[in-house]
Amino acid sequence: MIDRLFRSLFLIRRVEEEIARVYPSDKIMSPVHLSIGQEAISVGVCATLRPEDVVFGTYRCHALYLAKGGNLKAMIAELYGKFAGCAKGKAGSMHLIDTSAGVMGASAVVSSTIPTSVGYAFAEKTRGKDTVVACFFGDGATEEGVFHEALNFASLKKLPVVFICENNYYAIHSTESARRGGPEITAMAQAHGIPAIKLEGMNIEEIIQSVGKAVEEIRNGGGPRFFEIMCYRWKEHVGPNDDFGVGYRKKEEAEPWLANDQVQVVGNKLSEEDRRRIEIAVEAEIAEAFAFAESAELPPDSELLSDIFRTH
Amino acid sequence: MQTQRTRSYSQALHEAIEQEMTRDSNVFVMGQGIDDFKGMYGTTKGLVERFGPNRVFDTPLAEEGMTGIAIGAAMAGMRPIHTHIRMDFMLLAMNQIVNIAAKSHYMYGGAISVPIVIRSVIGRSWGQGAQHSQGLHSLFMHIPGLRVVAPTTPYDAKGCLIASIRDDNPVMFVEHRMVHFQTGHVPEESYTVPTGQARVLAKGDDVTIVGISHAVVECMRAKVCLEQVGIHAEVIDPVWLSPLDVDTIANSVERTGALLVVDSGWTFTGASAEIVAAVGERLQGKKVFKFQRMGFAPVPCPTTKNLEKQYYPDAAGIASSAFSLVRGSKEHWKPEIVDAPEILEFKGPF
Ligand SMILES: Cc1ncc(C[n+]2csc(CCOP(=O)(O)OP(=O)(O)O)c2C)c(N)n1
Ligand SMILES: [Mg+2]
Repeated sequence: MIDRLFRSLFLIRRVEEEIARVYPSDKIMSPVHLSIGQEAISVGVCATLRPEDVVFGTYRCHALYLAKGGNLKAMIAELYGKFAGCAKGKAGSMHLIDTSAGVMGASAVVSSTIPTSVGYAFAEKTRGKDTVVACFFGDGATEEGVFHEALNFASLKKLPVVFICENNYYAIHSTESARRGGPEITAMAQAHGIPAIKLEGMNIEEIIQSVGKAVEEIRNGGGPRFFEIMCYRWKEHVGPNDDFGVGYRKKEEAEPWLANDQVQVVGNKLSEEDRRRIEIAVEAEIAEAFAFAESAELPPDSELLSDIFRTH
Repeated sequence: MQTQRTRSYSQALHEAIEQEMTRDSNVFVMGQGIDDFKGMYGTTKGLVERFGPNRVFDTPLAEEGMTGIAIGAAMAGMRPIHTHIRMDFMLLAMNQIVNIAAKSHYMYGGAISVPIVIRSVIGRSWGQGAQHSQGLHSLFMHIPGLRVVAPTTPYDAKGCLIASIRDDNPVMFVEHRMVHFQTGHVPEESYTVPTGQARVLAKGDDVTIVGISHAVVECMRAKVCLEQVGIHAEVIDPVWLSPLDVDTIANSVERTGALLVVDSGWTFTGASAEIVAAVGERLQGKKVFKFQRMGFAPVPCPTTKNLEKQYYPDAAGIASSAFSLVRGSKEHWKPEIVDAPEILEFKGPF
């Protein structure tokens, strides 16, 4: 278990660091919203899901895609705009998808995959399947009307959704206090009749334990559950750089989070030998994926007009 | 002669807001992140320090609600400027814009009015893809009761924004990210650009080229290329899409006999269709003219470079189309690649 978690955490961290390293070359011509520092949420939640379960995400979707088992080569090729990408080079970084791994896509429009997650869960429940849908979004998304509309319906129909709010305190550069006058996010979910838990301290084992129990209950027909998981975005909102001191947050604020790096915390639980073995394998996999993306072909020009409608 | 005062488009917008806020205490600005250190691409930077947080404030992520709130404040007599860093997010506010803002004055028989300005940015791609680069101005043109303006020069940016703020009706103020960087003459004093008046950017007798929003910048480049093959294009920036200045465009087409409309949006049922139809109605029985439309490819915007390149009309393609309109469809010509520095150099901020 620990080795699988470390593998996933380390893979995501290193993939995003590679993206950040390559980015200034303009080989990746697509805005990137990195999850560095928040990986443990995707990894922890996905560890509680089955392969047939599905996830819906936001533009900050790299971690979720990989944690759910999305294909790495197809992801990097997508970022490079190549035909072998997970969406043939039409999606870029913000809309990663791998339906074979249960990654049902990601939207750049805040909160817009919350109702679609609920609708997917409705369809699965209606047809007697025991799929659980994990719906990921940020703290900012809870201000949108559609968040409340979707939660109400999920509650009304007791749908199999686990809502995961990744609360990193910011929406772009706006703090929570500039955006919300009232209650805790969990209180809003509770007001819709959905049991909600807030997890502080960014601890992957706690996430797995708590979400795992909820997923079990959901699968047994218990209806939706809600988690607000506190975290911190280490990089700028969009782009590959640090942004401490540019005008809205200070490094001191980040320090406790940087010190509680779940990649290291989990890695330290492994023997030196096991850890090295995993790291070497992951590095090789990443190198291969980037090499693949570099040499892959762009889509043919005719692709511009394909895929508008399904015709077969 | 005095040297002209030069400013960028974003500086011009900033100046317009600042001057109007100084003039009228009912003017206020609200929008996601407008008081942060980037200040909506510089256009609202420093305003909170100057006018305080009651008149310049960040909002929750709640487009429909905040639009309705701005409309309510406008009904009470204030003059809100509501901003969106992407036009795409206005889709969440359609109900308030279309059902409340656009209709109130008429529906209540003139008892109430909604003097609101909704600024939004069309973000040309650079890999931003399907949901972050749409030009949706045509949707708003369709709605009676809304004004739609999409200035492209810094001069018009300032003058149109001041005119929009003073207008007693809802105005959709459309800014293309690629014109934010354009520089040009901007007088320091306050002035308005008349509502519903197009601007002839360059004179010519052979073909009328109308460019909407950033497309007109490419049209001006196309004009330079066309001169090399002896074709003199008249380039018109409609500036206001609703009300649309059909007179200026039709008068030009009556003279040139050819109309090319290039949009920063899709062509099907779009602004370009409206312009061609309106000119056709005006000139029927008077003048037979050739016409063509260009715009985004009829698909959601892809992110990868080669597809994105085909997606947008560029100066070379515009020049080539204009050439064929003038010389007949049997003759083909296309200039070498024409540089578009604002596009080549753009890498965000998004
Ligand atoms: C409907 C909508 N409004 C505004 C935006 C602009 N925007 C992009 S990301 C973002 C911040 C969202 O914050 P949060 O939900 O907390 O997610 P985070 O980026 O912190 O992961 C905003 C306001 C958007 N994409 N969609
Ligand atoms: Mg956030």
